[in-house]
Amino acid sequence: MPRNRTVRVAVLGSSVQRAAASGFASTRSSALRRRIVVGFLVLLSLVLITLSFRSSVLDPVQGFGVSVLRPFEVAANRVARPFRDSVSWTQGLFHAKAENRRLARDNAMLRQEVSQFDAMQQQNTFLRAQLRYVDSPSFPQCCTEVAASVISNPLSPFDQTITISAGSSSGIVDQDVVVTANGLVGQVVRVSASVSQVMLITDPDSSVRAVDASQHRAVGILDHGSASGSLVLDGITKDKKVEEGDLIITAGSPTGKGELPSLYPRNIAIGRVTSVGQNDIDIYKEIQVQPYVDLASLETVLVLIPKPVAATQTSKGTAKAKQ
Amino acid sequence: MMLDSVKAAVLLFVAVLAQVSTFSAYSPFGGEANLVLVVLLSIALFRGSIFGAAAGFGAGILLDLANFSTLGFTSLLLTVAGFWIGRYGETTARDRFHAPFTSVGVVTILYALGALALHFVLGDPSPAGDVMASLPASLLLNLALTVPVYALVRRVFPPVDMYDRVHEVRLLG
Repeated sequence: MPRNRTVRVAVLGSSVQRAAASGFASTRSSALRRRIVVGFLVLLSLVLITLSFRSSVLDPVQGFGVSVLRPFEVAANRVARPFRDSVSWTQGLFHAKAENRRLARDNAMLRQEVSQFDAMQQQNTFLRAQLRYVDSPSFPQCCTEVAASVISNPLSPFDQTITISAGSSSGIVDQDVVVTANGLVGQVVRVSASVSQVMLITDPDSSVRAVDASQHRAVGILDHGSASGSLVLDGITKDKKVEEGDLIITAGSPTGKGELPSLYPRNIAIGRVTSVGQNDIDIYKEIQVQPYVDLASLETVLVLIPKPVAATQTSKGTAKAKQ
Repeated sequence: MMLDSVKAAVLLFVAVLAQVSTFSAYSPFGGEANLVLVVLLSIALFRGSIFGAAAGFGAGILLDLANFSTLGFTSLLLTVAGFWIGRYGETTARDRFHAPFTSVGVVTILYALGALALHFVLGDPSPAGDVMASLPASLLLNLALTVPVYALVRRVFPPVDMYDRVHEVRLLG
């Protein structure tokens, strides 16, 4: 190379040969091809969203896809369970002492309540028999239960739904109520043969007719709260006495039927009142409720399938006869 | 190409299962780690825009199926994310140590905002306050995931020869 070479010669006159392009489509493709591919995929996504959102055309496809994926999800859950358990165990260890203290305190209080409730229950049964009182469906007599494991928990703050491993083949239909041993979880909103989607009570679209267990006139509507995972009991007028720590349960329907009966049977525990506030302008109290169930990490749930009314009454009659 | 597609499919399938079965059950510090997004971005950085977009579309469909949610929703977001980071990988991100962290950081924020906007457009509940509150923790979790995931993806998808990538640069003289 001559000493007086120019920059142009140094760059363009280089004898280095580039390797032939090979390997991957994205490196070979032109800008046009790249745009066409991404444009097609975006368009396809939009078409899928539109079809999925506006009609039920894709439901069978999605149901089939879910069924195919389900064994893998169950297997993944089984593999992950020991790790999840060990994390829960470690977390439990840190909180064990405080939890033990709290549980001992609760236990003493509950023992007192149980003895009071026993007496009240007997009196209640007697008075109902005297009045020939016709009751609305209440938990747990109202329903049979289908146990299901949770395949997926909410994936993001937008998502207040879970997927469970039981569907129409187990007798589950749309709007069946879902609970755990601790309390209310939500209701079924989508069903395929082997999988269902459950809307949690913390979903903004969820509303539950609820009542303060210690103040039976304080009936309101339980809605999504402002903070994530919290609930608000709305529609309780200021003259009703609701206090912090009160138990909130489902109120059911006033008569069990009516024009718009509640989907949720009576007596399912929901949560405890964490704060009660009121201001001069608002006609209702501001009641915050913390759900009993940890809705962010559910493992198993029970789906309540309503019994026919005649069956419910028969089972009640049998129970009464036993008493 | 075929082998890479199979490897990407297996990797994303496992990531979707792990996301649905394990990661969704935990929200440390209020945030949620998005394993699928981190795996996808790492693959896109190594294999370019078209591969990233296609992988994003597939992973999105799988996630929507597994979660029984609106089909195409996650695909749209992941397709765009895979394409964009793929382009970044083909051009400016070459040999940059910070490229995976920058990609994951930026896309985590844009993904959350994109999902929020899309939910709003569809008339779904869009809890912007909750999303913003969980975003810093989610960002940190995703960045923490980037270290092992990027190392694994680098092993599975060895970087292609750099000469292959620069053939679109034109020297004008």
